[in-house]
Formats: sequence, structure tokens, C-alpha cells
Amino acid sequence: MLPFLLEVGAEEIPDWMIPAALEQLGKDFQALLDSNKLGGRVTRTDGTGRRLVLWAEDLIERQADSEEVVSGPPKAANPNAVAGFAKKNGVSVDDLKVETTAKGEYYTFRRQVAGRATAELLAELLPELIQKLYFPKAMFWTGKGGPKFIRPIRWIVALLGETVVPFELAGVTSGAETYGHRRLGVRGPIPVTIANYEAELEKNFVIVASAARRAKIEKEVAALGSAQTDAKLLETLTFITEYPAAILGGFDASYLTLPKEVLTMVMRFHQKYFAVNAADGTLAPNFIAVMNIPDDPEGHVVRGNERVLRARFNDARFFYDVDQKRTLLDRVSDLANVTFQAKIGSYLEKTTRTVALAQELGGELAAEAAYLAKADLTTEMVKEFTDLQGIIGGLYIAAQGGKPEVAKAVYEHYKPLSMEDSIPSTATGQAVALADKIDTLRSCFAIDMIPTGSKDPFALRRAAQGVVKILVEGELTPSLQELSAGDAKLEEFFVERVKHYFREVKGYAYDEVNAVLAVGWADLKDVALRLEAVKAVRPTPNFEPVAAAFKRIKNILTQAGTLPDGAPNASLFNEAEAGVAAAAQQAAIKDGGYPAQLERIAGLRPAIDHFFDQVLVNDPDPAVRDNRLRLLNQLINEFSSIADFSEIVTK
Amino acid sequence: MDSFQETVFKLKKYWADRGCVIQEPYDIEVGAGTMSPETFLRVLGPKPWRVGYVQPSRRPADGRYGDNPNRLYKHQQLQIILKPTPKDVIEQYLGSLEAIGIDLSKHDLKLEEDNWESPTLGAWGIGWQVMLDGMEITQFTYFQQCGGIDLDLCPAEITYGLERIVSFLQGKESVYDIEWAPGVPYSDVRYFDELQLSVYNFESADVDMLWEALKRHEAEAQRLIDLYKTVEDPAEKRRFPLLGAYDQVLKCSNLFNLLDARGAISVTERVGVIARVRKIAVGVAQAWVDQEPFRTMKEVA
Repeated sequence: MLPFLLEVGAEEIPDWMIPAALEQLGKDFQALLDSNKLGGRVTRTDGTGRRLVLWAEDLIERQADSEEVVSGPPKAANPNAVAGFAKKNGVSVDDLKVETTAKGEYYTFRRQVAGRATAELLAELLPELIQKLYFPKAMFWTGKGGPKFIRPIRWIVALLGETVVPFELAGVTSGAETYGHRRLGVRGPIPVTIANYEAELEKNFVIVASAARRAKIEKEVAALGSAQTDAKLLETLTFITEYPAAILGGFDASYLTLPKEVLTMVMRFHQKYFAVNAADGTLAPNFIAVMNIPDDPEGHVVRGNERVLRARFNDARFFYDVDQKRTLLDRVSDLANVTFQAKIGSYLEKTTRTVALAQELGGELAAEAAYLAKADLTTEMVKEFTDLQGIIGGLYIAAQGGKPEVAKAVYEHYKPLSMEDSIPSTATGQAVALADKIDTLRSCFAIDMIPTGSKDPFALRRAAQGVVKILVEGELTPSLQELSAGDAKLEEFFVERVKHYFREVKGYAYDEVNAVLAVGWADLKDVALRLEAVKAVRPTPNFEPVAAAFKRIKNILTQAGTLPDGAPNASLFNEAEAGVAAAAQQAAIKDGGYPAQLERIAGLRPAIDHFFDQVLVNDPDPAVRDNRLRLLNQLINEFSSIADFSEIVTK
Repeated sequence: MDSFQETVFKLKKYWADRGCVIQEPYDIEVGAGTMSPETFLRVLGPKPWRVGYVQPSRRPADGRYGDNPNRLYKHQQLQIILKPTPKDVIEQYLGSLEAIGIDLSKHDLKLEEDNWESPTLGAWGIGWQVMLDGMEITQFTYFQQCGGIDLDLCPAEITYGLERIVSFLQGKESVYDIEWAPGVPYSDVRYFDELQLSVYNFESADVDMLWEALKRHEAEAQRLIDLYKTVEDPAEKRRFPLLGAYDQVLKCSNLFNLLDARGAISVTERVGVIARVRKIAVGVAQAWVDQEPFRTMKEVA
């Protein structure tokens, strides 16, 4: 039993691609072990931007010998065919056996296959395994037609026990030598064994374990100040460093007069710093940076970063001051020169449409906000910090003395940016957000720009998903049918998004979603309540049997074809029918909300069960039969306002 | 402390010692060192090439009238092309930083993903921005395509932002305070370029003239590209002035940038103008690749 270590040494791989590459490396190598019967299991994958590393244990040294059964012609075949089969396999007819299979007696040849050495097999298979790692944007480096990888491969460690698994990839020969930190420790190759690999690298300022790097960053950041939590930044820094260490820097408090959104954006996204909160929760004039060296005793790194941040903040201040020379209101007309989409027209045209829609949905204030919502696209600040669109508009309206509610609505009108993000906090904001998204959707659908597969350049799915979330969680109640304005494709698109929302975001089972949507989805808040009730009552013992009974009733009604009009005649009822009718009357009471109503419907079970035990709907007497159909039809109609139970999949 | 020019000398010497031809800047206005034919045309084809030059790079829209301490209309790029790329290219690059006095064991150096793309040149590559203590000092690119053509050798392009590096080395808050030569500040050398050309680019340039000039240089480039296609005689092909056509492309690119800075190109028009420049850039690149065998043949006696 042998351990195995693979390290693919590369130039700096983009941090965000590393976890997925490691996961695939582990899976693919395990599959290679399994399909070649090499025993062993992958115990770990890990890495940094400069190395993808895999450990495995318990590999066998050599595959077991095996026997391969080659079947030939049937026993009754022409002797020439039998001789041909023997010759093809390089043996004489005497070496063949006749074996009985399910199809009859056949000539077979049992070939003895010697197991191959694991090292030899790995040497053969590893180059392809490494090259098959998927990266979103691979490159050539040895020249056109050469190997492709995410960044140039510069060394490879491949050890099976104590021996090198020898292979070549992209001009690099595998060996037992790694490389440390680019500028600390040993500059040249470092000989390693499987046992001392991580320790040797640590001596040379590489912490291979990403968990250890992450923990080191978290601990040091926490020790330096009250940093804003930023899981994504933490991941980036974990994979962009080999030996991380955190430092605290500061900036002049006078910059705090700039919007905190801008300061935070510069720190987080441009500089990859953690922003720091003061004791009172406001932004502190500090930042925490993570370096790729262990310390900064002379303060070079802190000073350098402070200088860069100062320059960035000066730029932001310049943009802010230039932007204040004209109000947002004055800028609206400039939107005539900003294209929304070539075939759809300018942002000014979009604004006009959105204003009308916002007026309908949220009244005067919403219309006012919609008019200003896109004007920040002409500001220097948004040209520089695109992700702050909307936010900058809101801040400028407030700074220029606009109405606070309008400012807030503009600030939040791109929300929700994802299903995890919250919706705008005010009804006015929700109206503007809806109007903006609906206009985008209608306009794009009108020119047949409809998302297909992975193609969705205008992020229409996200827009529609946002609409759904706002309608479910917000205060406004227009129906999606109204908002689709008669565009059947858009309506269909919305239905998909509604289903997606309730299934993937809210976690409802697909049959529950289908059952509830089948009886109407004009009011999404109502859909949410009905779903909640179905989910709550579903586990009770009577629910699924009643759902099954409803399905049976529906089938009976469908098979009956044209149904007789009118209400059932109670005087024709037998005992079982009367029981169902009485139970239905009890269950039809509408008070107590959906869960209570559903429980009452589930309570129909004994009466319905009894009915089907006692009664054959298709009675020879047409009057009796029709009366029974009327009763069942009434039952279905009466109890299908919450959900169509026949959509529920029962066990 | 080294002056700006001393740092430039050291970097040029460093790369000269590693086999680079040290060139002077190209003498037509360009937005980046990549546009010089020393890069744009030389990266095409199978012929090895190593070159280094400082290219003053004009970005009219970035002008700030000499007021902003960090933004310039024209900045100096040191451009290095290594074709093919040596295996230790990053080591060599780090060595160049050490050669100008940066002790990398005391500074935080990171290579952050940054893929470069120039739609007007039909060029793109994969690489990083090199961050030193949080400041971008170099763009490092493995060229993949240029003029819409896949590159045979995938050269490495190393572009140093000289003002940034030197303000870092000299610890200056403002570019204008950099010491260019001993006792001579950057402002003495360049301030009026920044002021007057910002005024020209943003306020005075005659828009009609710029459009007209763009049209004429474009037509001249296209005329030459079309004419090249009709040439059959090898000796005529060899002497055909594709370099002249490429100069016209550069003129167009700069005129486009000027019009853009002047606010004369609407967002809708923008895409169209970029496509026009790209068309002639790609046309010249394709012709240049076609001409390669004729350029390498011995002159006809």
C-alpha cells in the first residue's frame, strides 16, 4: 500500500477558480483509481494560487492479474471461422474452450492479462487528467496548438511512495522538487517527500492548507479591529496568498465626508481591504489589508497601501465634486445620449415609460423617483464605480435636497440584486424597482430578446426573479398577468420564475407548487400563503389519501365527458352520498385561514372513503349516475380554491 | 534615491542584458505601448523577437489639466516583449524590480487576475495586474491574439507604469513631484503638456476636422489594404508599404480617442467607430502575416 502526492505548480491561478479545480482534481483522480482498480482513496486536495495539490493513500503497487474472456463463434460454426477466431487471438484451436452461455454453446478464449505497475499507469494517465481540469478561460503559452491550462504549468511533483511517477506535460518533467514563496525562503527547487512536503513548504513561507490560511487571516483581522464581515473577500485573500498576514492602515478622517458606500467600494473591491467600523457602528478611518508576506516591521507595506488609498479617495472626491456641479434633475435630459439597447432606444425613452408605470403602481412619489432613477448613469462616480448605480443617484438626491422618500426609492431601485438580497424597503421603492424591471422585460420581449439556455445578456431572469420576490414579499399587489400586458411569452416566463422562486428559493416540493399554481397565481402573496398551508397540512394522515381520492374523482369526471348541469338532488342520495354531502358542507366553512380549511378538507377522508367503498358512480340508472357526477363535481369545485389536489403526487 | 530617468536607464539596461533590443518610442501618437508596430506587428508570425522601449501613451479622456496628482493625459509605459516567453519570465520580471531597488522580501507583491483586451486592435491576452503594496505597477499579459489572428508563439508583454513605479520609489504623493532628473521635477518637464493638451482635447479641438481626418486616414489605410490584395509579384509584395498602412491605423485610433474625449461620439456611434478602426487594424495584421514569407526571402537580385 502506497501513498501518493501530486502537486501541479503553476503561475498565479485566479483565486476564484481554485476551489472548483481542486474539487474536480479529487473526483477525477478517484475515478482514475477506481476504473483502473488501483485501490486507494483520495484523502485531500488543497492549494494556493501557485499549486494544486492532491494526496491519496493505500494505492496498490501493481494491478492484480486478471483474466479476460473473449467470446468467439458458436460451437456449430464452420471450422474455418473457429480457426480464424483462434488465429486472431494468436492461439491454436486447441487453446479454445467451449463454454455454455445463456445463448448457447460458444467457443471462448480466456486471455491472461498481467496487472500493470501503478506508477506506470499513473505516468500514462496523469498528463491527460491534469489537462482535463476545467477552467473558465484557459490559455496557450508554449505556442498555438500547444497545451492549454489556466496559467503556465512550471513544475510538477508526482510521488508514489518514495518514487517519482515520471511523465512530461507542456515541457515540464515531473519530479520530487517543489518551489516555495516567490521571494522568501529558498529561491531554487526544494526536494520533498510525501511526509515532509507541507513542513518543507511552510519553512519556505507557503501554507499549503487553505483552511489554515483562512484561519490565520480571520484571527489577525479580528485582532486589528472591528472589520466588516466579508466572506467573499476572505475567500479571495485566502487563495491569492501563500503566507498571509493582516495589517492595519489608516486614512485621513476628512475623507469620511464622502459617501460611505463609495469609500467601502474602493476599499473592498478595488483594494481588497476589509473596511473597519468605529465603536458607534459608523465607518472608521481605517482599513485592514492582507499581505502575502509574514510581517511588515518597517511599515513599508502599510505606508504604500495608505498612499494608494489616498490617491483613490482623492479621485473619488474629484468625481464627487465634479458631479455636484449639476443636479441629477438637470442630467435627466442627457439620458437621450445614453443607449439602453440599440433596438429599444435611449435611457431617456426608458425613463419616460418607467415613470408612467411607476405612477400606476406607486403614485406621484414613485413617478418622481422613476424620473430620476437613471440620471446617475451620466455621473463621473457611476462611470468609475458602475456597481454603485442607483446608490449614487439616491445619495445625490439626498445631498441636493431632494425628498428623502424619493432618494431612498432611487437608492434601492436595483434591489433585489440576488435572491439573497432584500427587496426595496418602502412601497415607493418597490414601485420604482418593479416599474424599472417590468419595462426592461417588456421591451426586451417585444423585440424577441428572450433568454435561452445560458444566454441572458440583459439578466432578464434576474429581473423577473426580482419582480416575483418583490410581489411576494412587498406591499404592492398587481398581478403578473397585468404586468405582462398581454405578452404570452412574458407571462410564461414569469410562471417559470414563480415556480423557480417557490421551489429553489423557498424550498417547496414541485408537486405542491404545481398544485397551488394550478388554481391561480394572480396574487403571489396568496400563493405563498396557500403553499405554506399545503406544506403544513401535507404530513397529516388524511391529506394524501384525500389528494388521491380527488385525483380519482377527477379521472371519473374526465372519463364521464360532458357533465350534467346543476346541483345534485339530495332526495336521490343514499346513505354514503348523503354522508359525503354533509361532510362537504361542514368542510366548506371558510374561517380560520388556509391551514384550518385544509385540515377540514383532509377531514373529508372517512366520508369519501366510505362513499367509494359503497358506491359505484357509473350506476345503470342514468339519473342516479348523473346525480353522483353532480355531487363529485361540486366537491371538486368547492375544494379547489387553495390547490388542485390532483397535482399532489401521492405514494 | 534614483531619478525617474535613472530608473528608466536601469530597467532598459536590465532588459538589454536579457537580450532585448532597446528601441526608442514610436513617433506616432498611440494610446499604449502595445500599439507600436514593435509590438502589434512583431508579435505576429513565428519569428522570435525581444524588444523594450518607453512609449509615451496618450489617453485624451484621462487628461486632468495637470490638476490631478495621479491621472495623466500622457503617461510613460516601459514596454517589454519577450517572444517566445522564457520559462522563468516572472522570475526575470521580479528581478527587474529588484534591479531598481525594490526589496521584495519587505513588500507585498501579488499577481491578480486581469485579462487584457483591446477591441480596436482585435487583440487579447491572459494575465495579471501586478500589485505592489496595493498599487498596480505592471500589466503582465500572455498575448493570445492580435489583429484577430491567433499568435504562433504567445509572447509575454510586460508593461510597466513608470510614473507609478517611480512615485512609489521616491515616495511622492503627486506625479508632478517626481524628480525626473536630479533637481528637475516632473512638473517642469511635463506640466504644460498636461494643461494645454487637456484644454485642446476637451475644449478646442475642431470636431469636424477630427471627423474628416479620421475618414481620410481610414480611407488611406483601406486603400492600401485593398491594393495589397491585388499584388502578385513577390518582389512587389516584399516592398509593399504595409507599415505605411499601419501608421494610418494609428492615426485613426488617436483621432477616435480625441473625438471621444471631446464628447463628440455618442454611445450608439461608439461601437460603430470602434468596429471601423478594428477593421483596418485587422486588415493590416492579416496582410502583414501574408507578407511574412516575402519579407524573409532574400532580396531579388
